[in-house]
Amino acid sequence: MDFELSDDQEALQGAVRRLCAGVYPMDTVRSLEAQGGVERALWRRLADAGVFALRLPAAAGGVGLGSCEAVLVFEELGRALVPGPLLWTHLGAGVVDGAGSGDQVVGGVERRAQDRPLPLVVEHLAALDRLLVLDDTGVWEVDPTAVKGELVPHPLDPLTPLHTVDQLPPGTQLAGADTAASWRLDGTALAAALLLGLAEAVTDMAVAYAKERQQFERPIGSFQAVKHILADMLVRTEVARAAVYSAGVHLDDPGVGDVRRAVSTAKLMAGEAALVNGKACIQVHGGMGFTWEVDAHLYLKRARVLDTVFGSAQSQAEVMAALI
Amino acid sequence: MDLRDSPDERQFRAELRDWLATVLPTLPPKPHVTDWPGRREYDTAWQVQLYEAGYAGINWPKEYGGRGATPTEHLIFLEESERAGAPYVGVNFVGLLHAGPTLIAEASPQVQEAHLAAILRGDEVWCQGFSEPGAGSDLASLRTRAVRDGDDYVVSGQKIWTSHAEVADFCELLVRTDSDAPKHRGISWLILPIDSPGVEVRPLRTIYGSAEFSEVFLDEVRVPVANRVGAENDGWRVAMVTFSFERGTAFVSELLQSIELLESLVGIARSTGNGAHPWDDLGIRRELGHLAADLDALWSLTKRNVSQASRTGVPGVGGSVFKLHYSEVRHRLGDLALRILDRAGLSFDDLAGPGSGEQVHGWVHAMSISIAAGTSQIQRNILGERVLGLPRER
Ligand SMILES: Cc1cc2nc3c(=O)[nH]c(=O)nc-3n(C[C@H](O)[C@H](O)[C@H](O)COP(=O)(O)OP(=O)(O)OC[C@H]3O[C@@H](n4cnc5c(N)ncnc54)[C@H](O)[C@@H]3O)c2cc1C
Repeated sequence: MDFELSDDQEALQGAVRRLCAGVYPMDTVRSLEAQGGVERALWRRLADAGVFALRLPAAAGGVGLGSCEAVLVFEELGRALVPGPLLWTHLGAGVVDGAGSGDQVVGGVERRAQDRPLPLVVEHLAALDRLLVLDDTGVWEVDPTAVKGELVPHPLDPLTPLHTVDQLPPGTQLAGADTAASWRLDGTALAAALLLGLAEAVTDMAVAYAKERQQFERPIGSFQAVKHILADMLVRTEVARAAVYSAGVHLDDPGVGDVRRAVSTAKLMAGEAALVNGKACIQVHGGMGFTWEVDAHLYLKRARVLDTVFGSAQSQAEVMAALI
Repeated sequence: MDLRDSPDERQFRAELRDWLATVLPTLPPKPHVTDWPGRREYDTAWQVQLYEAGYAGINWPKEYGGRGATPTEHLIFLEESERAGAPYVGVNFVGLLHAGPTLIAEASPQVQEAHLAAILRGDEVWCQGFSEPGAGSDLASLRTRAVRDGDDYVVSGQKIWTSHAEVADFCELLVRTDSDAPKHRGISWLILPIDSPGVEVRPLRTIYGSAEFSEVFLDEVRVPVANRVGAENDGWRVAMVTFSFERGTAFVSELLQSIELLESLVGIARSTGNGAHPWDDLGIRRELGHLAADLDALWSLTKRNVSQASRTGVPGVGGSVFKLHYSEVRHRLGDLALRILDRAGLSFDDLAGPGSGEQVHGWVHAMSISIAAGTSQIQRNILGERVLGLPRER
């Protein structure tokens, strides 16, 4: 057993972190609000770096890496708050031509038998070339231009525009129930990885602020009341990291344990870390934390979005209960 | 990242499993937790069996009588032992996990010779005399004094919360050897034979109702200077070495026991109650599922910590991270258990069928986890200052 990153994995992590810092610095991310979060040229830079075709075999034009690596990449995308339908384009790369190369922006919605009735809330609809629908029977493709959606005027996350959709046109089936089931696992783990990145980013942000901001003639980070908030943020992040990396290993090597359990644990722990740490980050920033100018709210709002995809923390808890 | 056993690890696991399967059915029943002399006998007899089979001191170097196994093999040992229901390390905790490793790292060859093999063979039981009535979280402010007199130190003072002192043979003792030095600098680390004249052990009754720890009074106790480990006045550094061994894998058995405790609670939630079972309540089901995720994540964290220790040779900060979250999870698990048990949770006896008393015991036990070996508040200070680099309060 060796549950540390390999040298190659560390190199990959560093490369993606540099890529994000170069291509998606915070100013750029914020400027994407006007374009609904997706800018083609930047999207292609992600594709060129292999983000979408990461797990496709080399023979199919992919990078040929595994889920462990995908988890590390998505962690960095989360940390940099990269917007757009990252998860769906990555999942779709195997079945939609042009997704892996960044030519096609692929979005998606997930429908579960137990879902409440429509309307569906669809992310990034206006920016999509393809729209995938995942349900218990398989993966379906729908023409996004044929979807009658109502733009939601005030989305919680300014970088995740939403449409409400009453009815989806019938689509063509791209893959069967097995693919749908494995996409659910992959999507859950990668959403967890994005959430882990968010949880880390807000911890770093809060720690930096606590070292710099002075009150009562000393840095606020010297006060235990603040220090303990920050220590708890670190704990949540590290516990989530162990769970998310473990999910990556289980997806690549199902022989090591129950994949569903590992993936649910990851989503639950990372979702909680991102949400609770996001709120804590705002608290540590005081009044500044409640401003649009400070980034903390953007991370917290993204965490809310991601908590609702591929099963919320609550529904993961139910999955876990059924597995105990 | 790889969670598979290597071929060596697989073989080690298989051999250990076979051995446990043959030896465990032959063990006598375990004495009740209130009977510590009985427990000492039981725990040391198990240690002898481990020693004879070559499983004592799994992670101790071979030259000191250990097995010289890797941190991962140590984890496998703890995992397999717990899963098979083998006896817990019990009264041998301090000797095997604190004192022994500290002696290996810091003691003279004579001292090592005198004690290490005896600890492994179960001949010596140790306890930890660090805390004092006036020095708990602020351990370095301890006042028990040791004054040099010829080849001896003359030690006077008082220790408290000393687990299993009443059944121990030796105590790792922190004493003040220089009262004028800054508080961290004037401390020394001594080996105290508990039967020395002038030592008085008075058991304290704990929250369980039984004696688990004691007060230890020291009245002009003569301890040979040769029993000092590390240089005079360098005991704080030696104590930090001791603490680093406390973390790492110290909680593996506890964690696996918690997973069993949760599974047992699920069984109770499904079977108990008047008419409707607690399990039918969605909120309760979700909380149980949530706790399962927490415990699974902590098990993954343990593997990461062990992997890190294998690579770097030292346990990282994972110990404090683990302990903080583990303490919180155990509090939540205990609170949920009492909610599920309702009035059947008013006794350590099994009022709601097998395992219900154990849940109540677990609820009480949770309260020591967030205090012993450094309170949660102190762990947060450690993480805030040593990991996140935040300034000290004063
Ligand atoms: C079951 C059990 C077994 C033990 N076994 C041993 C043993 O074998 N050997 C041994 O030497 N000791 C042992 N201990 C002692 C243990 O290490 C101490 O109880 C612990 O370190 C806390 O010290 P204290 O009890 O003096 O509490 P105090 O230090 O008085 O703390 C009281 C409260 O104040 C808080 N506090 C104190 N300082 C700070 C601070 N700077 N910032 C924020 N909060 C603070 C604490 O978190 C706690 O909530 C044991 C304790 C228990 C419960």
